[in-house]
Amino acid sequence: MNQFVPPEIDWAALSPVLIVLGLAVVGVLVEAFVPMRARRATQVVLAVVGVGAALVAVAWRWVVVQDEGPTAVVAGALREDAPALLAQAILLVCAFVGLLVIADRSSGEDAFAPAAAAIPGSAYEAEARKAGLAQTEVFPLTMFAVGGMLVFPAAADLLTLFIALEVLSLPLYLLAGLARRRRLLSQEASLKYFLLGAFSSAFFLMGIALLYGYSGSVRFDELATAVPATSGLDGMLLAGVLLVIVGLLFKVGAVPFHSWVPDVYQGAPTPITGFMAACTKIAAFAALLRFVYVVVPGLQWDLTVALWVIAILTMIVGTVLAVVQTDMKRMLAYSSVAHAGFLLLGVIALVPSGISSVLFYLLAYGLATVGAFGLLTLVRERDADGNVTGEALHLSQWAGLGRRHPVLAVCFTLFLISFAGIPLTGGFIGKFLVFGAAIEGGAWPLVVIAVLASAAAAFFYVRVIVLMFFTEPAGTDADPGTTVVRTEGLTAVAVVVCAIGTVLLGVLPGPILDLTASATKFML
Amino acid sequence: MTNPYIPLLIMGGLALLLGVGGLAASAVIGPKRYNKIKVDAYECGIQPSPHSIGAGRFPIKYYIVAMTFIIFDIEVVFLYPWAVSFAELAGFGLIAMFGFLFLITVPFVYEWRRGGLDWD
Repeated sequence: MNQFVPPEIDWAALSPVLIVLGLAVVGVLVEAFVPMRARRATQVVLAVVGVGAALVAVAWRWVVVQDEGPTAVVAGALREDAPALLAQAILLVCAFVGLLVIADRSSGEDAFAPAAAAIPGSAYEAEARKAGLAQTEVFPLTMFAVGGMLVFPAAADLLTLFIALEVLSLPLYLLAGLARRRRLLSQEASLKYFLLGAFSSAFFLMGIALLYGYSGSVRFDELATAVPATSGLDGMLLAGVLLVIVGLLFKVGAVPFHSWVPDVYQGAPTPITGFMAACTKIAAFAALLRFVYVVVPGLQWDLTVALWVIAILTMIVGTVLAVVQTDMKRMLAYSSVAHAGFLLLGVIALVPSGISSVLFYLLAYGLATVGAFGLLTLVRERDADGNVTGEALHLSQWAGLGRRHPVLAVCFTLFLISFAGIPLTGGFIGKFLVFGAAIEGGAWPLVVIAVLASAAAAFFYVRVIVLMFFTEPAGTDADPGTTVVRTEGLTAVAVVVCAIGTVLLGVLPGPILDLTASATKFML
Repeated sequence: MTNPYIPLLIMGGLALLLGVGGLAASAVIGPKRYNKIKVDAYECGIQPSPHSIGAGRFPIKYYIVAMTFIIFDIEVVFLYPWAVSFAELAGFGLIAMFGFLFLITVPFVYEWRRGGLDWD
């Protein structure tokens, strides 16, 4: 009989994850014991301090790993290496600004339903709103999601990866259904996200089962050594690897697994959309990179066709469908699909610079995304009585915004040109690096398509810029129809941080490039 | 036996036959005398839809009972194998189990404090 050996647990290496998940648990206890009036402030402080502390812990571990080299943690379930830590740092930066937007109460109300169990349009809902109720559970839920995302890039076995996937997904399903306005749309988004997410989890699990059947292990390193050694079961191996990749591609929203993206991005509360658009993509791409770079190299010939087709479809479908959108959130959703396609180029490249370029791209994309969605929360409609209501999301409502609110419009323009990949922004450097890595990896036909898709994508970004600055506003000066609400300050801070980050990444990318350049190899 | 997986296939086939066969048989030969109770949702608490507008809050009592059950259900599922191999797992197992018990108590405390255990 095998003797049970308790695993060595390196608590220091786990500290970022433990801080975030620990404070999420504390957040649940706060919901239970702190009186209602003090809850929101407590939760905001806990969440912001937690993410900040985790960021410090990641920085500390980065220094340690630079000195002592990468290690396997918790009996090999996690890897603490440069790409994992860098992905976690990028994730925490985006989660931090995302949290600021989530916490903000512009025009006196947060973006979430006062009582999520109220039937939309019922008297109870109106009562709850009047009483000023708030679902402060949003903060612990977000922290749990961040915790799962932190494990995702470091996971080195398929079961840990699966558990992290669920830990990050389940809170997001719930958060997607909590929008204060357009409740039915939000609930629909939540249900769609949940059903399709459960569906993709099933694919993922089936892939794990097949890979276990093939190699007798769920660990990446053992899979990697089993790939060339075992012959005669290639069908099982290929199907398993493809199913696992499909599960991850679903999370990043690559075509043909993107159908949930526009509906969920549109229905979810806008701060949550920004948070999950940035952070889920960072976590999922980091995990995809590790899986592809560690397990797949031996399968390059068999998988290239599938990955190429997916990347091409993702870039083209995302770009073409973004052109025809009239809703701001849906347009950004399809643009994020197109970005997933560009990022896939770095994954397909299978060269060391692919890892660092994707990480840089993710940082640039994440900052611009949180900033852009943060600004969307501020541009609102007015009803006939002049009361501020929901967000003004139709493109036509943004006409002439640049004349009335130049600062906001300039910031939004900045994020859009970063998305478009125009020089002097982070998006340009990111695209440049990823395309360069793809050429190095011999995928130049993909790069040609990507450059054409970027050029086409510039059309709909520039269209919004033209709309804001060079179009006559719709309403009169007395009744503009569209209004910009005052923030509590948190969204403003987040947007400014994102804007400065976007510019710095474009103008002075040196320090960050040095960081990403040291993250070019996954520990087996 | 050529392939060791053939018994598994046969078992799968039998399971499918049993499941589909049972439903089909009761649909074909069972008596059909419906009344209001019989066509109601079976063992699923309240009618999930549709709600009348202005009905107030979505009734969640039944779901709360179900979720409370899951908390303790999962707890016991993990306690049994732990208890069986308690001696072998020793100190590590004990600490891990206390950690697990603490984490599973947190949602229960949340439920209790927020009135999830009051029926009305």
